[in-house]
Amino acid sequence: MTLLTVENLTVAFPGRSGTVNAIEDVSLSVSPGEILGMVGESGAGKSMTGAAIIGLIEPPGRIAAGEIRLEGQRIDTLRPDEMRRIRGRRIGAIFQDPLTSLNPVLTVGEQLIETIQTHLKLPKDEARARAIDWLRRVGIPAPEARIDTYPHQYSGGMRQRVVIALALCAEPRLVIADEPTTALDVSVQAQIIALLRKLARETGVAVILVTHDMGVIAETADRVAVMYAGRIVEVGPVAEVLTAPRHPYTRGLMASIPRIGARPDVLPQIEGAMPRPHARPAGCAFAPRCPVRIEICGQTRPDLTGHATRSVACHLSEEVPA
Amino acid sequence: MTDPILTVTGLKKTFDLSQPFLTRLTQGGGRKYVHAVDGVDFTIPRGTTLSLVGESGCGKSTVAKLLMGLTQPSAGSIRFDGHELAGTRAGQPPAVRRRMQMIFQDPYASLNPRWRVARIIGEPMKSFGTHPDPVARRKEVDRLLEFVGLSAADGEKFPHEFSGGQRQRISIARAISTKPEFLVCDEPTSALDVSVQAQILNLMRELQRELGLTYLFISHDLAVVNYISDQIGVMYLGRLVELAPADRIFAAPQHPYTRLLLDTVPDITMAHRDMDRPAGEVPNPITPPSGCHFHPRCPLANERCRTEAPVFRAHGDSQVRCHAVQEGRTDPMPLRKAG
Amino acid sequence: MTDTTQIKTTPSALTRLWNSDVAWNFRRSWTARISSVLILILFAAALFAPLLATQNPYDISQLFLLDSELPPAWIEGGDPRYFLGTDEQARDLYSSILYGLRLSLIVGFASVALAAVVGISLGLLGGFVGGMVDGAIMRVADILLSFPAILVALLVNGIARGVLPPERHADAAIWVLILAIGLTNWVQYARTVRGSTMVERQKEYVQAARINGVSGMGIMLHHILPNVLGPVLVIATINLGMAVLTEATLSFLGVGMPATQPSLGTLIRIGNEYLFSGIWWVVIFPSVVLVALVLAVNLLGDWLRDALNPKLR
Repeated sequence: MTLLTVENLTVAFPGRSGTVNAIEDVSLSVSPGEILGMVGESGAGKSMTGAAIIGLIEPPGRIAAGEIRLEGQRIDTLRPDEMRRIRGRRIGAIFQDPLTSLNPVLTVGEQLIETIQTHLKLPKDEARARAIDWLRRVGIPAPEARIDTYPHQYSGGMRQRVVIALALCAEPRLVIADEPTTALDVSVQAQIIALLRKLARETGVAVILVTHDMGVIAETADRVAVMYAGRIVEVGPVAEVLTAPRHPYTRGLMASIPRIGARPDVLPQIEGAMPRPHARPAGCAFAPRCPVRIEICGQTRPDLTGHATRSVACHLSEEVPA
Repeated sequence: MTDPILTVTGLKKTFDLSQPFLTRLTQGGGRKYVHAVDGVDFTIPRGTTLSLVGESGCGKSTVAKLLMGLTQPSAGSIRFDGHELAGTRAGQPPAVRRRMQMIFQDPYASLNPRWRVARIIGEPMKSFGTHPDPVARRKEVDRLLEFVGLSAADGEKFPHEFSGGQRQRISIARAISTKPEFLVCDEPTSALDVSVQAQILNLMRELQRELGLTYLFISHDLAVVNYISDQIGVMYLGRLVELAPADRIFAAPQHPYTRLLLDTVPDITMAHRDMDRPAGEVPNPITPPSGCHFHPRCPLANERCRTEAPVFRAHGDSQVRCHAVQEGRTDPMPLRKAG
Repeated sequence: MTDTTQIKTTPSALTRLWNSDVAWNFRRSWTARISSVLILILFAAALFAPLLATQNPYDISQLFLLDSELPPAWIEGGDPRYFLGTDEQARDLYSSILYGLRLSLIVGFASVALAAVVGISLGLLGGFVGGMVDGAIMRVADILLSFPAILVALLVNGIARGVLPPERHADAAIWVLILAIGLTNWVQYARTVRGSTMVERQKEYVQAARINGVSGMGIMLHHILPNVLGPVLVIATINLGMAVLTEATLSFLGVGMPATQPSLGTLIRIGNEYLFSGIWWVVIFPSVVLVALVLAVNLLGDWLRDALNPKLR
């Protein structure tokens, strides 16, 4: 059965000029051990979706509609203290900036041990042994010595490895990773991606990987959901979506990414810009920029249609060969 | 090769990061220096683009600042169209300064949030005196706005009313307002979303063609660099390790670091490669490794690499700073993939 | 290759202000509205003092000594002509408060203005130039901060009195006060502006200005100054309350405004001396007005700080 199901999720922010929906009608599912990538531009809603799942939407923002179920249990309606227990124990998180994700005044070991003890209720020495073991698994050399060092004594890539260990040490079922490699150098990024994949396979944890970088998705994820203007516009296995995208936005996106080896005279581009949450047009949000729009696109919003593993939100999708 | 517009020789910049004297006296410890730029040589022919790529601490941004006179070189020479650009920006004659401009990485910090866009774009024209009359200047600002894909009415707005991509267009309009010949572009698309990046890159290519601009393009993104460059220079911890025409770099990279970079770039067409090769991280620039800075991460490092810094030398079409290459110990890199 | 920007006519500055987040916050905040109404009332009272007062309390010819020490009008023994009563010299208290409020506000505003100008200038200079200039300015600031403001004000006051001939003391009192309070309060402006300047100096629009040949002075005045003034407004508002209080304290101690031109603090001092003879109104009413003024200013300043704080929006 699926580990996580999100159905028709809408997150609203009441503002000066009325309520704005940061994300609308988002539905997805994650199976155990699967890596789902969520890709989109800044403001498309991918981080917001991750935050909603883990229960970190800041007021006055709130979940206005929809359901989130973790292993069959609804988690969007839980009280804050109940959600706190789930956070960490059953859902882990990895954020973008390793510098601010770790407490600078505690040693790496103290933070790991605290997490392990809180969620797994183990005695101190066993927790310490586990912490050392996790450091080794994420590739920190000489973990017995480094467990008592402080975050500032680590390099950026090493710190992110520690953050991964911190997220996984409580043995969660799901990990939300929000732009885990964006702040890192390219060569380090590759190592972190590989590490994430390896650990996901080994521990069977599911990962929702939020990023704007298609390359990272290609190398890491099993399935990908493309978000645009607060909605999911396309979902499917990574190889399919990336090589044969069916939504015009995805197609435009893939075409506009520069590749090594190809040097077109003009890089294909998508005209215009993604509308901001309060200025979304009626009908399909991508229609104003879409090269193949037809009349209905400006009037009715297309629903996400397709089957369980592959769906698109586009009026023209039935006509495009799969 | 067309005439070079910019020639850089032996460029060095060293930052003194030592603690204050009293602290050193009481706590011990010597002086600490960072050789941010450690002897860089390159030439850019008129109308072409040289890109500098590298990861954090490689010195590419410092090179940009040195060229624009925002900081003074510790050693070396910068010749722009025959003029020696010694010292700070203020020391360079205005006629030369007008011909060199810069575009910055952060679209949110590169425009004064309290100024209207028209004033921002008009500032270089005002200060270099190319358009002293305010009315004429405003007309030129309107024309520039249209030229970069915005509208003349946008001149009355403030920067925060624009998206990141639009702000970069405003930055570009400002940069070309004095009709410069040379543009230093410091990671201009790194802070932008992918679909906007393509727009800005296309705009820059078009401007280069129409205005005959020469670019020094700085980036960490090899794919972007591939699209826009004629020459590519790879930097590591302050040194240029490889400099070659763009297609050579991608078809036949020589330096082990260049190969590492190409290998580790996430590629949308190569899903799920096995990349568990230990590749290490960029060391701390204050205490770089001895000899060749790359030797701790290099699969081809030998004793000589540990003790002796290699020299920049031509190797076919490329220039490479590597003992292994010069000793013939590297095997030709298999083509990454066709096309 | 155009970008789809919506072309709208640009609204005027006033319209933008009315529609801004700050104005919207203001309309929603009780404390902001009440305190600003109160401040407006007090400012208007001070401004129109000559019109609102029933007499000019400094004009001896208008005083009738028989009317001295009268209680407020609603108490037995009071006189409706002297609404809040009179003091020992038959000065109408209501009028005295109006004129005193005026003096308190003049000193308050002027000293804040002086402190702001000095502080912003030094902060900009130190933050932008750095090095030894910055070090010198900050050391002067540190030294100044280690003295209690009242003591410094007393010191300045004492020097002024020593320098000036006795007959000029009364006239010069207001300037001495402004100088004393202003020169002790500039440090907070300088520190804030210096910090903001150091941040803005690193930003790329400043680098762009340097590349375009703008002089250091030009960058400081035209580029950096507009961007560091935000927190200054909050400091100035809260500082106003403090300045008024400091002036009142100095006057209460006898080294501020003289009895011939009493500010609220002087009135409180005068009334204090007669408190135990049962003449309570001369102390209470000026005190109430003083407290109301400072409270309103502080509340407005607090609201402003939260309203302008981008992190709380």
